[in-house]
Amino acid sequence: MKEEIKQLSVGDKTIPPEGAKMIPIYIMGREYLVPETLTILKAVEYAGYQYVRGCGCRGGICGACGVYYRIMGDYRLRSGLACQTVIQPNMVLAQLPFFPVNRPGYNMEDFRDDPHGALRALYPEVFKCVGCGTCTRVCPMDIDVMDYIALIKRGNLKKAAEKSFDCVMCGLCASRCPAQISQFTAAMLVRRINGRYLTPKAQHLKKRKEEVESGKYEVMLKELMAMPVEALKKLYMEREREPDLAPPGWMPQDTSHL
Amino acid sequence: MSGYTPELKELIKRVEATRPQRVERARRGEHFPPLSMEQRMEWLKRYHPDYKEEGRKEVRVGPNKGDVLPEEIVNVLESRSRIEPERIDLGRADLETDILIIGGGGAGTAAALMADNMGRKVILATKLRHGDSNTIMAEGGIQAATQEGDSPYYHYLDVMGGGHFTNKPELVAALVNDAPLIIDWLEDMGVMFNKYPDGRLMTRHGGGTCRRRMHSAGDMTGAEIMRVLRDEARNRENIKVMEFSPAVELLLDRKGRCRGAILFNLETKEYYTVKARAVILATGGFGRLHIQGFPTTNHYGATADGLVLAYRAGVRTCFLEATQYHPTGAVYPEQNVGLLITEKVRGLGAQLLNVDGEEFCFPLEPRDVESACIIRECLEVGKGIMTPTGRIGVWLDSPMIDLLHGEGTVKKELPAKYIQFKRYGIDISKEPMLVYPTLHYQNGGIEINEFGETSLPGLYAAGEVTGGVHGKNRLMGNSLLDVLVFGRRTGMKASEYVGRVKDEGELTLEHVERFHEELKAAGINEAPVAPILLPDYTPDHVRARQFR
Ligand SMILES: Cc1cc2nc3c(=O)[nH]c(=O)nc-3n(C[C@H](O)[C@H](O)[C@H](O)COP(=O)(O)OP(=O)(O)OC[C@H]3O[C@@H](n4cnc5c(N)ncnc54)[C@H](O)[C@@H]3O)c2cc1C
Ligand code: SF4
Ligand code: SF4
Ligand code: FES
Repeated sequence: MKEEIKQLSVGDKTIPPEGAKMIPIYIMGREYLVPETLTILKAVEYAGYQYVRGCGCRGGICGACGVYYRIMGDYRLRSGLACQTVIQPNMVLAQLPFFPVNRPGYNMEDFRDDPHGALRALYPEVFKCVGCGTCTRVCPMDIDVMDYIALIKRGNLKKAAEKSFDCVMCGLCASRCPAQISQFTAAMLVRRINGRYLTPKAQHLKKRKEEVESGKYEVMLKELMAMPVEALKKLYMEREREPDLAPPGWMPQDTSHL
Repeated sequence: MSGYTPELKELIKRVEATRPQRVERARRGEHFPPLSMEQRMEWLKRYHPDYKEEGRKEVRVGPNKGDVLPEEIVNVLESRSRIEPERIDLGRADLETDILIIGGGGAGTAAALMADNMGRKVILATKLRHGDSNTIMAEGGIQAATQEGDSPYYHYLDVMGGGHFTNKPELVAALVNDAPLIIDWLEDMGVMFNKYPDGRLMTRHGGGTCRRRMHSAGDMTGAEIMRVLRDEARNRENIKVMEFSPAVELLLDRKGRCRGAILFNLETKEYYTVKARAVILATGGFGRLHIQGFPTTNHYGATADGLVLAYRAGVRTCFLEATQYHPTGAVYPEQNVGLLITEKVRGLGAQLLNVDGEEFCFPLEPRDVESACIIRECLEVGKGIMTPTGRIGVWLDSPMIDLLHGEGTVKKELPAKYIQFKRYGIDISKEPMLVYPTLHYQNGGIEINEFGETSLPGLYAAGEVTGGVHGKNRLMGNSLLDVLVFGRRTGMKASEYVGRVKDEGELTLEHVERFHEELKAAGINEAPVAPILLPDYTPDHVRARQFR
């Protein structure tokens, strides 16, 4: 066992085990033999590339690594995130590390009174969607992109915001849209409109903000900062714990430091 | 997709063989005995990477000379510059601005927005794309005492307790006092927090909290916050974002003030000088240094660059000896390596098992103790499981969850994890996961005060690159908060400072030359070059053919 432990892969560098099966993939047309089971991202690194673009979180959330590929002999064009997609034999791939999109500037205030109208003025092209469904097919997050675009057109911004929430802004949808729409930049704005105008504000937060700004807690915090560690530990051990399933708005017994 | 290999499937049979009895015992409330306090200390000392003597060494140069830190950190602190100072023409600056912000994650972007609010011109230079950062990866949530039954007072106690009372009090006070303001700011910018229909914010407990204080936006809180901040920054004309332009050195003036930086265009390989009146460092963490070879949850650019830059300019660091490992990072399949498997899985009853399907520890020890137990089982006892790509791990028996709480619990309680494994042909409600500790968070960093000022006039720092807020140990949900609180504070403080400071005094890189001399004097001749900017995962056989 001790001997094998030396095999431990260092960080993210792939060290295939003895006898690992190698399969051919084609990075922008050139063939490389790489161990099976890797993601596209790691296979490309295994082939000897060091990423500058096209790699961010390596965990499926930043959208830096959109990729198009075909399997040789199959006409279908497929897409995915390079850090989340496992290689297959004879995969021919190219990453799309950047795609120019339309993202006009704005001020959130412009959407206070008539969000739908203001949105239409800012993103008129969104209203010219031809309903081809290509965006939905390419989305690596399985979002029904065409549907959120339709919801935006109809003015159901709340629904559109919720439907587009998982978007990682990889840009693949925009890269294939025949109507030249930048779907995900419009969705970004719609989510902000939803968060700011279409969802009720937290009243308890407003009140707490005022309390903080009045300097109420600075006094209490000064008291804690000046306390010897032993006294602090005692307070720490005696804290009352809010029950996991308490109803919202729960109050502790001791309300002297709220 | 194939799921587990036939070899691993064979090993899973051993887990299945012991499962009925283990579930029976768990139903009776029997569990593997937790370690005693003495054993805990011993296990930590012998197996936890933070406590082990090996893998650490003494720093020989610079402001933290004499400290004993992980080797990988010492190597980048004791490093040479990427540039030869004498070849840089400091007579003319390629770009000029009021405030230069280095790092486009949560901290840097928050600072930029505040500086813009105060009428300053900002250049935000970042290494990858704007937002490619650790901030975007945070899933769990952000803490703030927004509820009536809670207050910054209790938040303070929780933060201090979590950090074993080593935190810097004035930093903690700033953190918890500003917290509700941060949530309000985010709500106002349109962040879609989880809410009740009447607008009340939903909150949950996190490890070590006495009040439910964790706010979230689905299971992608960091991504939602980051994309809103970035979107807002794009609306501001005075914020100029430069992507793929990491800073490689700070610039000082003859009065000993920080006055800009040298940026490196990763694509054209050009160096640019940027002259500014104040600089904010917000470069994030160091997960990609892979301390002691550990995989990491961090993004691609987490290579400790900011620490290196500041250190060369004479700024001290603190708490870098304390690294946060998360006990359960995925090691299989390869595409999930480093992926965080939340504590919740163990909270719901899943046990940790060795290659023989035996329990070897109590599954809910504190994070650091749990990590030590797993490392011990693999490296000392030798009962780990080897993956086809040469990684080692133990089983996390997630199928127990449905057996204990009813069919469908895994899918309902852990939807994101379920999908992430299902994608690769593994149904975690039926098959266990393979896990090992993973490098998660840089507890320590650059020393700052409650305004984010460093000991170098004109240099500010915010976020994961700094140390002291969390002491030796951070609680979940407090670092998203940290980056926004101190990002905003530095943005405001630097803006005030810019109004006072005169543009005078030549720029210099003498601090770099002095550092090089110090290296030489200490007999360090083969110092590596840093900041390293991008990790290198080129396999050895390719490297051997590259002749560089
Ligand atoms: C997987 C994961 C889950 C997490 N979950 C949570 C959670 O639930 N709650 C919580 O509170 N915290 C969580 N954290 C921690 C938290 O997300 C981070 O600590 C925090 O977001 C760091 O923010 P930052 O702005 O300091 O750094 P980052 O967000 O990492 O930003 C730093 C930026 O600087 C750039 N940069 C680096 N070097 C240079 C250079 N030389 N020049 C220019 N730019 C540079 C980087 O590319 C990056 O864009 C999590 C972290 C990870 C990795
Ligand atoms: S909606 Fe578009 S940008 Fe968003 S994840 Fe899907 S394809 Fe990518
Ligand atoms: S690809 Fe464009 S035109 Fe086609 S459905 Fe999507 S948004 Fe509409
Ligand atoms: S690298 Fe971030 S989504 Fe793939």
